[in-house]
Amino acid sequence: MKNPYLEISHIGIEFATDGEPFRALQDVDLSIDKGQFVSLIGHSGCGKSTVLNIIAGLYEASEGGVILEGREVDKPGPDRAVVFQNHALLPWLTVYQNVELAVKRVFRKTKNKAEMHEWIEHNLSLVHMDHALHKLPGEISGGMKQRVGIARCLAMQPKVLLMDEPFGALDALTRAHLQDSLMEIQTSLGNTVIMITHDVDEAVLLSDRIVMMTNGPAATIGEILDVKLPRPRNRLALAEDADFIHYRQQVLEFLYDKQKNPQIEKKPTDPARKLQEVACKPASSQDDAAGDTGKAATGSNKTRAA
Amino acid sequence: MTDLAAIFRNEQGIARFSISQLSSIARTVGKTLALPLAGILIFLMLWQGVANNIDTSLGQFPGPVQVWEQSKGLLAEHQREREKAAAFYQRQEDRNAKRLAQNPDAEVKIRSYTGKATFLDQVITSLYTVSFGFLIATVIAVPLGIICGLSEKVYQSVNPIIQTFKPVSPLAWLPLVTMVVSALYVTDDPMFEKAFLTSAFTVALCCLWPTVINTTVGVTSIDRDLVNVSRVLQLPSLVHVRKIVIPSAIPMIFTGMRLSLATGWMVLIAAEMLAQNPGLGKFIWDEFQNGSSDSLGRIMVAVVTIGLIGFLLDRLMLILQKRISWDKQAILR
Repeated sequence: MKNPYLEISHIGIEFATDGEPFRALQDVDLSIDKGQFVSLIGHSGCGKSTVLNIIAGLYEASEGGVILEGREVDKPGPDRAVVFQNHALLPWLTVYQNVELAVKRVFRKTKNKAEMHEWIEHNLSLVHMDHALHKLPGEISGGMKQRVGIARCLAMQPKVLLMDEPFGALDALTRAHLQDSLMEIQTSLGNTVIMITHDVDEAVLLSDRIVMMTNGPAATIGEILDVKLPRPRNRLALAEDADFIHYRQQVLEFLYDKQKNPQIEKKPTDPARKLQEVACKPASSQDDAAGDTGKAATGSNKTRAA
Repeated sequence: MTDLAAIFRNEQGIARFSISQLSSIARTVGKTLALPLAGILIFLMLWQGVANNIDTSLGQFPGPVQVWEQSKGLLAEHQREREKAAAFYQRQEDRNAKRLAQNPDAEVKIRSYTGKATFLDQVITSLYTVSFGFLIATVIAVPLGIICGLSEKVYQSVNPIIQTFKPVSPLAWLPLVTMVVSALYVTDDPMFEKAFLTSAFTVALCCLWPTVINTTVGVTSIDRDLVNVSRVLQLPSLVHVRKIVIPSAIPMIFTGMRLSLATGWMVLIAAEMLAQNPGLGKFIWDEFQNGSSDSLGRIMVAVVTIGLIGFLLDRLMLILQKRISWDKQAILR
């Protein structure tokens, strides 16, 4: 049998805490084919971002490993570009220079100056940002910043594009625009994408597969849903499409029935909660980037699982 | 007729507009100038009032009026000294020219003028010394701070040393620095005077620490996402420092440098005073030893000058920060 393009093999991770170590992930096992668009969905604090960070090489798994095109991932690298929730553009560089930093690094041996220039402009025009090349990130809107963040990653020609709630901090209209742009780019480039999301509609609209994660601690994959909607997809047409509604229903059922939101179930005065928050610190430094207050109560469901 | 009326109305409009503009300018001027001026005025009055009631063995404590008189006196003294120097060089030149005319092979000696250093000379010396000391400190402290900020291990091993040396008074260092400079700086043709080096090194030793500590804090508090971007791009360490660490840490680096410069300026005066190295500190000590009825007034001139220069140095650092920092919108205080 042919090896999968990206194999996430039985990964688990434990974070050191003051007390007993906190197990965030347990036995996450997933294979992804080239060109697939995969969404990770789950409640806050279930370790979605941790999975992404392990694939990116930013965290090291306690057990198991990630294999990309037959090679084990052991450190971060430009072949696994990450789109961060809060764009993570360098505020002192212009839009152009931000992309240039990545392009210079990745293509320093294969492209000359003129080719690099062309490549930077090409990628920025893919995300419709070619009108603001010489603006600083502080001078453009949040949606535009995220477009540049995506362009920076696309320009690296990654084997896998990792997106950590890329549209989470944007308003609904901007989000829809960017989703459409992303679909357009995905159609033309055929990238392999792993995206974390909270948004069920977004997951169904964009993904070939939706990976639903159980609640932590020791979170793992609960169900995988194959979305077999034809592409190109149109959000207006799909809104009343029976298949779309069905897929949507399945994800909602998983999230709100099988894996009830721990925050609703638990009282905020739970004594285990404090320990829990300490325990989650190493993960949450990246997991809970600012801008998403809903994620504040990270993993307050320890007692429930135990 | 209607045209005239229109013009008239228009002119009135313009006039009203400019009046409102003027009044808004007046308001801002009032806000930015009136309050500080009022504060200074009240302070001067209090000062004069208190000074009038303090009698010392060297006469009355100087109030603002005496200080103003003394500062004029010091300036005049400076001018007289310059004129004397010019006259001295003129005489020397004439003498040498005469001698060369009599005998073209004659050896002519050119001596430099050895008059007493005036107040302004001392100010210049002090500024020069503090700049040099501060420069040495910055060149060492910023890289050290960056390394400490990047590596937890380096920080852990360097921190106890920093914390131990940070509170050491400049006066404790001074004898050691003096002896070391005398022992090691032995040349026939010295580029710098020993006294100058002693003062500068003492300043450097004392103003290293704020920059080191603030730079370290600035570097450790870089946005995690930006560090991750750098890791994903596998930026080499030097590029990482240049493109990500330094721009992020610039505000903290400058905060440190401003504290350092202020410390350095304070330290310098003390060092000059104790070591009798040329500069404002020596001026104060000499005046104190001199003990004339003008002395206290002249010392007070030096005190005010030291304060104003310290203020000016800080403003200069702010201007520099504004030029270097990427964030032109940042409000600097």
